[in-house]
Amino acid sequence: MSSKLNQSMSLAKPDAQDISTKQKLALAIGFIGFFILVLALFNTNFSNKSFFLTLSLVLISIGTIIFSNDAYLNTSKGIKNDGVWFKSISSRGVLGWLTGVFLTLFYIVLYFYPEYLGQSSNGESNTGLIGLFDPLSNLLSGRPATQWFVYGTLYTVAILIFGYKFILKYRNNKYEKLRTFSVMFFQLAFAFLIPEFMYRLNSDLPYYDLKSIWPLNYYNFERYRINQFIDAGDVGLGLLIFGIVSIFIITPILTYKYGKRWYCSWVCGCGALAETVGDPFRQLSDKRQVAWKIERWVIHSVLVFVILMTTAVVYSYLGNDSSKYWLTRPAFLGLVTTFLTLVFVLTMVFKRKELGKDAIYGAIGYFVVIIALIGLHYFSTDTKLFLIKSETLRTTYAFLIGSIFSGVIGTGFYPIFGSRVWCRFGCPMAAILGFQQRLFSKFRITTNGGQCISCGNCSTYCEMGIDVRAYAQKGENIVRSSCVGCGICSAVCPRGVLKLENDSMKGRINSNDILLGNDVNLMDLVNQK
Amino acid sequence: MDHIVIIGNGISGVTAARHIRKHSDKQITIISAESDYFFSRTALMYVYMGHMTFEHTKPFEDWFWKKNKIDLKKGFVKTIDTRNKTLVFSEGDNVQYDKLIIATGSKPNKFGWKGQDLNGVQGLYSKQDLENLEVFTPNNTICKRAVIIGGGLIGIELAEMLSSRNIPVTFLVRESSFWNSVLPEGESQMINKHIKKHHIDLRLSSNLKEIISDDKGKAKSIIIEETGEEIACDFVGLTAGVSPNIDFLKNSDIETNKGVLVNRFLETNIPDVYAVGDCAEQREATGNRKPIEAVWYTGRMMGEVLAQTICGNKMSYNPGHWFNSAKFFDIEYQTYGWVNSHKNKSDNESHFHWKHDDDTKCITMAFDKNTNQFLGINTFGIRMRHEVFDRWLTENRDIDYVIKNLSEANFDPEFYKHYEREIQKTYKNQLQLA
Repeated sequence: MSSKLNQSMSLAKPDAQDISTKQKLALAIGFIGFFILVLALFNTNFSNKSFFLTLSLVLISIGTIIFSNDAYLNTSKGIKNDGVWFKSISSRGVLGWLTGVFLTLFYIVLYFYPEYLGQSSNGESNTGLIGLFDPLSNLLSGRPATQWFVYGTLYTVAILIFGYKFILKYRNNKYEKLRTFSVMFFQLAFAFLIPEFMYRLNSDLPYYDLKSIWPLNYYNFERYRINQFIDAGDVGLGLLIFGIVSIFIITPILTYKYGKRWYCSWVCGCGALAETVGDPFRQLSDKRQVAWKIERWVIHSVLVFVILMTTAVVYSYLGNDSSKYWLTRPAFLGLVTTFLTLVFVLTMVFKRKELGKDAIYGAIGYFVVIIALIGLHYFSTDTKLFLIKSETLRTTYAFLIGSIFSGVIGTGFYPIFGSRVWCRFGCPMAAILGFQQRLFSKFRITTNGGQCISCGNCSTYCEMGIDVRAYAQKGENIVRSSCVGCGICSAVCPRGVLKLENDSMKGRINSNDILLGNDVNLMDLVNQK
Repeated sequence: MDHIVIIGNGISGVTAARHIRKHSDKQITIISAESDYFFSRTALMYVYMGHMTFEHTKPFEDWFWKKNKIDLKKGFVKTIDTRNKTLVFSEGDNVQYDKLIIATGSKPNKFGWKGQDLNGVQGLYSKQDLENLEVFTPNNTICKRAVIIGGGLIGIELAEMLSSRNIPVTFLVRESSFWNSVLPEGESQMINKHIKKHHIDLRLSSNLKEIISDDKGKAKSIIIEETGEEIACDFVGLTAGVSPNIDFLKNSDIETNKGVLVNRFLETNIPDVYAVGDCAEQREATGNRKPIEAVWYTGRMMGEVLAQTICGNKMSYNPGHWFNSAKFFDIEYQTYGWVNSHKNKSDNESHFHWKHDDDTKCITMAFDKNTNQFLGINTFGIRMRHEVFDRWLTENRDIDYVIKNLSEANFDPEFYKHYEREIQKTYKNQLQLA
């Protein structure tokens, strides 16, 4: 018999996980709601759009709620992963692939062909799916819907109803419950409602999801937004300052105290979707060491890219005359250079020992490239900063990273690559937070002495593809830049080995084998390197 | 260059190999008839339940072995010729060794029941056992009922596995209460209730008389010794403990009893032949420990110790404070130090017991009646820190100290409800009563 054991090995496919009658009913209700959206997409002219939109969203929600209740409330509190690898949807089966293809196509249309969804141009009224959402958009902000409003609404509904499912599934675990309430709240209030109301109060303000921080919100400092902020008066200026304070002051403090989880799995909208809708796919992340190597290069390259792009964009609209405005082109570049040099030098001086060889090479390489490019400024013409036009950089970033990576691949491929592909390989915000989490934070996952049995539940269910077991079986704390602190490794551990903690920086990284229960003298020998 | 040959690619053998590699560049070969690569035996249940695939049970990626120059050989060792330092395989080939480590683990106990070798009758230990489970118990149409014989840790895991596929389970337990040869009464009874809550047909004080065959040589029912009741079933799980898997040593010069007899240096009677893990039997047990310890953690420790010896730094197996853990359906269990069952405990050992009303959490602390010295703790449904209890045991703390500082040992996830105050209150009340 082959060493690869899978469901096909059974005489009959393990099928005890079939859905109940109630769950079938729930699926039917949900799909009727979904079908209304499909009808709208094909330009069905509903006489009463408000009614059918409400009906559709209510049916989808009720279906999900009934399904979740039946799936979890009849069982005891505890880990509910039975049959995860037997189900088509969660093990890259037919349903998984189809869902992946459907989501990917949806994102392509959303980003690049919104007219297929009914987005109007030239001031005509919306049709199709987007037209169906006009009444809700009018109600909230007094303007017709856009593809982004439709997307935002569906996104929020998805987080709320699948958040409900997640809370039932992990109702034995208070950390998971609180965390999920938190992401549901931030999505509903900060990403969905507040920006719409803000528009109502002051229509000059740009759309601003307050929890979306640069560089995740890569367009925050573009010219048109800066103009909008400034034109909107004190409130706008306040928002602009908040945007800068968020990344340079608030983020470092919170990350120092709690690790990047305060953002990635408690606040962030991308994280919210991954943790709720994406929960059935978390086990699909790639755990191989080669994936980790690729991850480190790709995510940090994106970070470098976004820094270059933003610098170039801001540079492009600044002036040279310091008598008009203090922040001139040379002053701005000076600030960027000083800041990056400071980060680089401090890291190399104080944390060099904690960096791997490839991390040091990478850091030096990136640093040299950035400084060289900025240095080129003095030899280049006015419109170009980094040899390439800033506008080209901006559109390339928006297309490759903002649309393709975060949307099409990041979410569309949930059922194929797992739920955190974007967060792990692409998100520049995660790169910054992770950099700090690895080097300067109180957060770690503590392992419990010698209790690990190497079963691998933790690694399997890590959505970031961290091989948690590799640390746990050595009794080593887990301090990894990619860890978003979702807490699932700790939840699924059958032996109580893992605990997410904030504690002092001292002794946080213990790279020694300290398996308790052993002879003390032996442990000294084992740790002689 | 020495050639170290290890028979068995479980946690003991693999740990030995890894640590020998860390400290030397000796030639290392690991032999297994069970699987191509090391996997975590404890995770087999999660493969059956669909939590993981078999690939996930492998703690090291497949390239790891070549990179670390550890040769893997698949084959079944038939005999060992210790005089010529040669292993003979049932496939016909042979291998020479300079030093031999026997790490062949266990096999499920069979106590001579009638019908114990029928089709559909098996234990749960090896990868092959898992594969057979997929044959005999893929779902509740092919397996309409399963009977499990033996109320220990594997028995309750098997019950959880089968019920994850909605297969009705009858669970025959010899003792008057689940695992009460090890657990104190209060805990054992809480687990009884928990088992029944998961719709397991739990039969206490029940022994197997025989397994009845159908006309194709497959189990079709079992008969209970005490009542004579016949229970129809399609599968019988034998989980009445394990014993060393050393049949292939019968005709060798290596001295065996139940297991391979070893001294504290894990040496057998033959020079350059060692044994570690489940299959090793200590000539003299360590402290309260049994001569044969079929536990994941002890296997790992023996592997580490032996690696030192083989790399020229002779060491004896000298484990620290006892610890263990398990999970009973939804209830996690951890133990540090010694808490004995009512049957096994000495006159000096006194117990403090606290149980939560919801029947999913309880603790029992053992202490010396005369000196108040803390001896150990069993904790159910509350995670505790290994490091802290290990320290308290080394420091010979008394029970009052442990109760007072209990929150220091809490290892539950953040925001979980804490029960230390309730426990301290119960402790005070019990003192007043006594």
